[in-house]
Amino acid sequence: MRIEVRNVTKRFGSLKAVDNVSFTIGEGKLIGLLGPSGGGKSTLLRMLAGLETPDEGDIILDGKRVNDVPPQKRGIGFVFQNYALFRHMTVYDNIAFGLEVKKAKKEEIRERVEELLELIGLQGLASRYPHQLSGGQRQRVAFARALAPRPSLLLLDEPFAAIDAKVRKELRTWLKEMIERIGITSIFVTHDQDEAVEVADEMLIFSNGRLEQQGSPVEIYRHPKTPFVASFIGESRMLQHPERLIGFEEAVGQGGKSAIIRPEFVEVGKERELSYPLSAQRGVVRQSFFRGAHLELEVEVEGNRLIAYRSLDREPLEPGAEVLVFIHRLYVLDGTSAVLVENPLKTDPMPVHI
Amino acid sequence: MAGAIHAHLSDAASDRPAHATESRGVRIALITVALLFLALVILLPLISVIVEALSQGLSVYVESITEKDALSALRLTLITAAIAVPLNTLFGVAAAWAIAKFNFRGKNVLVTLIDLPFAVSPVISGLIFVLLFGAQGLLGPWLAAHDIKIIFALPGIVLATIFVTFPFVARELIPLMQTQGVQEEEAAATLGAKGWRIFWRVTLPNIKWGLLYGVILCNARAMGEFGAVSVVSGHIRGQTNTLPLHVEILYNEYQFTASFAVASLLVLLALVTLVVKSIVEWKSEQRPAESEGGTG
Amino acid sequence: MKGSGKASVLPGFGLSLGFTVLYLSLIVIIPLASVLIKTAGMSFSEFWAAVTNARVLAAYKLSFLTAFFAAAVNAVFGLLVAWVLVRYRFPGKRLVDSIVDLPFALPTAVAGIALTSIYAPTGWVGSLLEPLGLKIAYTPIGITIALVFIGLPFVVRTVQPVLQDLDKDVEEAAVMLGAYRWRTFRRVILPELIPPLLTGFALAFARGIGEYGSVVFISGNMPMRTEIAPLLIMTKLEQFDYAGATAIALVMLLISFSLLLLINYMQWRYSRRVQAG
Repeated sequence: MRIEVRNVTKRFGSLKAVDNVSFTIGEGKLIGLLGPSGGGKSTLLRMLAGLETPDEGDIILDGKRVNDVPPQKRGIGFVFQNYALFRHMTVYDNIAFGLEVKKAKKEEIRERVEELLELIGLQGLASRYPHQLSGGQRQRVAFARALAPRPSLLLLDEPFAAIDAKVRKELRTWLKEMIERIGITSIFVTHDQDEAVEVADEMLIFSNGRLEQQGSPVEIYRHPKTPFVASFIGESRMLQHPERLIGFEEAVGQGGKSAIIRPEFVEVGKERELSYPLSAQRGVVRQSFFRGAHLELEVEVEGNRLIAYRSLDREPLEPGAEVLVFIHRLYVLDGTSAVLVENPLKTDPMPVHI
Repeated sequence: MAGAIHAHLSDAASDRPAHATESRGVRIALITVALLFLALVILLPLISVIVEALSQGLSVYVESITEKDALSALRLTLITAAIAVPLNTLFGVAAAWAIAKFNFRGKNVLVTLIDLPFAVSPVISGLIFVLLFGAQGLLGPWLAAHDIKIIFALPGIVLATIFVTFPFVARELIPLMQTQGVQEEEAAATLGAKGWRIFWRVTLPNIKWGLLYGVILCNARAMGEFGAVSVVSGHIRGQTNTLPLHVEILYNEYQFTASFAVASLLVLLALVTLVVKSIVEWKSEQRPAESEGGTG
Repeated sequence: MKGSGKASVLPGFGLSLGFTVLYLSLIVIIPLASVLIKTAGMSFSEFWAAVTNARVLAAYKLSFLTAFFAAAVNAVFGLLVAWVLVRYRFPGKRLVDSIVDLPFALPTAVAGIALTSIYAPTGWVGSLLEPLGLKIAYTPIGITIALVFIGLPFVVRTVQPVLQDLDKDVEEAAVMLGAYRWRTFRRVILPELIPPLLTGFALAFARGIGEYGSVVFISGNMPMRTEIAPLLIMTKLEQFDYAGATAIALVMLLISFSLLLLINYMQWRYSRRVQAG
């Protein structure tokens, strides 16, 4: 299903939950709506489903304006955060529900339910009741139930929020595989960055009801377009005095612009360890944290507190140690846009690891 | 039947989008049927009492309710309630304290016992006291020997009333105090407060609305009890007739207007009870934090 | 954590529990025991004769049937009233909600005379139905109507809170799967309401069996036809047939207690399922 959202606004009282949002989504894509709580993502999802109506703007599915089409007729599958399984019906009856509504024949229904039970790996649990299942199993049943009537679009509202952290990762990988196997256009809402980045082909970042940016995870990471996206994505930090960092005096300038930095942009070490020691600055390690896979250092450079990673292969650095710091790049924030500025004092660009 | 019969009415639940509610026509039809049913079953009797009471004019009405026997019935009703209600309130508070703030074996049995009067027919509620204290009852001879009258006298009426109405305060307070938990009281205890102070300054303010409603309801039922009192009272005009019994006597003597006039007093009592209930619910809706204990 | 009796930091356990048990013993247990004591004094054949003679059986039958039908009517209309109060907006809703409690707060004798005056052949409704050959007062139908009045709050008030707390999600899930209102109501909402409906029905039924004040005026009290069991007990008492009265009372008590246990059981099972779901 092709989706087009045009200038959609939704108000609750005087609050604009969704503020003049427009975007298009192509056929067969797996899209993540990401953003902090209250950002409008769930409201938008529910408007696509027909569970809410836009106050302004149009929702166009497969070329048809559907604002006035009731949710029952839209051919959309919906997976809820708290599963919303029919608790007095068995797993079988839950999955069969949508097909019964369509008045499918018993044989057809049985075939389809068994097909789905196999797909979700819960064969043999058909006569169990929801309260006899674990959280992960319930969500899988919810998924199968939504898919049973063969919808053209699948919507998932924070599908893993109610699930244990451990099961969450497995379930998320499983979901991505399933959706790719079936090939259905899918949109899910999440506030968890890792989840969005891992699962989605394309991300839409929302904040305060506005669409901040649309793009692939890599694109959004490397080229955030607005201050919000730059600070929301990755482990970003606002710099207190960016103009004091060597190489960026001009870029930041006297205009008092802000800048955002990420740990992967910062190189810290002794002189012999650095790529561009001649352009580096002096800094002092303030704190050092063991993070399992690497060491995390908090380094102060000219009044700026930076986070940097240090490989465990190298000699550990203790608080108080004097080090050299080289900043590879920064995001400079200019009003409503964020610009990636490379450090002009290096001649070879360093490969970027995300 | 552990919980009291209570509900909170919230308008928020009534605002539903189109796909989550019935079509306008269906809604109107359902509302109409419901209201007609209620009007027929509940409103009609209510109105009829007032109409019949005033059917012979205001002066007859006033005469009926100030007549000698009516006044002594009123007095007896008030005295009965004045004894039964405080005793039952004391019981309700004690029972709720024991059940809500402590764990002990047999708690479920206790709660079921408290619900008992609801399962017993009022006539049987009176019968048991006759069996115990009546002239041919188990304690009959002993009472006669000491010239103590229980049945066919005030004590019997009070006892029967106590039996029928004692659950009301308890049933209001128990779920309320259970929801509120023990944390505030325990905090007060660790700060050195003794028993009465804890109850007076910590528990009581939290339960005051529930307590008020329980007392009002207990009172309404105490004043209105008919079946049980009918069995134990002996129907002695002017002496052992409560207001409801007086209504019955007048009715059986075909003094319909007078009967309804006296009944209207009881209707007034019922309406006041309902008003207090609404106020209590409105108050408790306003401060939801009060009924939430435990998580502090 | 709650205080555990002995080791609790809260005072007053002994005092409150002691008073409670004492009160219950004096007011409830001992008087109720007197029924057992009295019937123990009868021989079994006496007892059996007392509870199975034709008039008594007719009274039981009448009490049970009328209570059953009244509770059934209340189940249907009580559900409707609860639905309308929870789900719709209309002017005067709060007032209507308060009125539902009237049967609970109104003395039974007042209800009794009011209902009789309305449905008697000369009454407001009775006079309308008389020409059609429909008699209400002094028939089992009148008794049933009185019991409908008495039992209504029980159903409405047990269904209302459950209806209010119903998860919105589940209805939306049904909608997304293509279900319209009637199907959603039938397959998703109604099953959730069956437990409180059953409880309300049982409560209304239990109350109706033993009801005296609101029924005794409208029934006419004709033996074998409109004489309810509680009235029969009353009549026997007036005739000083204590044994007979007590025997009938014992049977009624046994049935009422069974109902009470059943109700508590249903509520326990319901709360278990709700937690697990």
